Amino acid sequence: MNGRKGFGSRNKSAGTTQQGGKDAQRRPMFRRRKVCKFCSDKIDDINYKDVKLLMPFVPERAKVLPRRISGTCALHQRKLRTAIMRARQLALIPYTTE
Amino acid sequence: MSRKYELVYVVSPDATDDQVTEVHTQVESIVQRMNGQLEKTDNWGRRKLAYEIGRHKEGTYVLEVINGDGELMKEIDRRLKVTDLVIRHLVVRVDQEQAVVERTRTDRTETSRRRRVARGLPPDRQPGEGQRGEPDDDRDDRFDMGGEELR
Repeated sequence: MNGRKGFGSRNKSAGTTQQGGKDAQRRPMFRRRKVCKFCSDKIDDINYKDVKLLMPFVPERAKVLPRRISGTCALHQRKLRTAIMRARQLALIPYTTE
Repeated sequence: MSRKYELVYVVSPDATDDQVTEVHTQVESIVQRMNGQLEKTDNWGRRKLAYEIGRHKEGTYVLEVINGDGELMKEIDRRLKVTDLVIRHLVVRVDQEQAVVERTRTDRTETSRRRRVARGLPPDRQPGEGQRGEPDDDRDDRFDMGGEELR
């Protein structure tokens, strides 16, 4: 974010989003491109036993964090979902809170 | 046709250690009777449940890795269902997924090695190379997070 805010800077470091100049003007906020945690950390195995790994993806209400927020890629979101569902069956992760 | 399965079951917190081992021996005997193999057993110990099951708030988790066929797992599943001490159990087939994970992992190291050699570098990453060090592999301690620590 460092100080480039407000100058319509078009996200050079990660610049993959296809945005026209108009769009960039309307939204001058520098938005960091989200990356899939599992791709970047090279975690191949999303295991239902790994509660520590899954917990960040089930915030307060214990719902699965959507892809548009976490930035997880489709493949890994799918694997994450099955892992969370399995962990829920074993009461490692709640279905809901209160 | 042998497949690899993971079985996790949760034993009621009222059960004594002997009763937990009894459930384990029951599973073991079924495995042996139906020509399976018990590859690994892991007792995770007492753990808080993320939600109440019946009136229980915690349970003893046991993981078993079993080689065998579907009929064997069916029988184990049936037996655990009728065992009152076991409050929850889950059977997952893991051999296919493990093979895929293995393949992607070797593929990745091979490509990186090939590219590094093409760039005239030694195939493996040298110590102190790159922007940040490899993250420490602390993913083994999987169960140190209590259920109530949910943010």
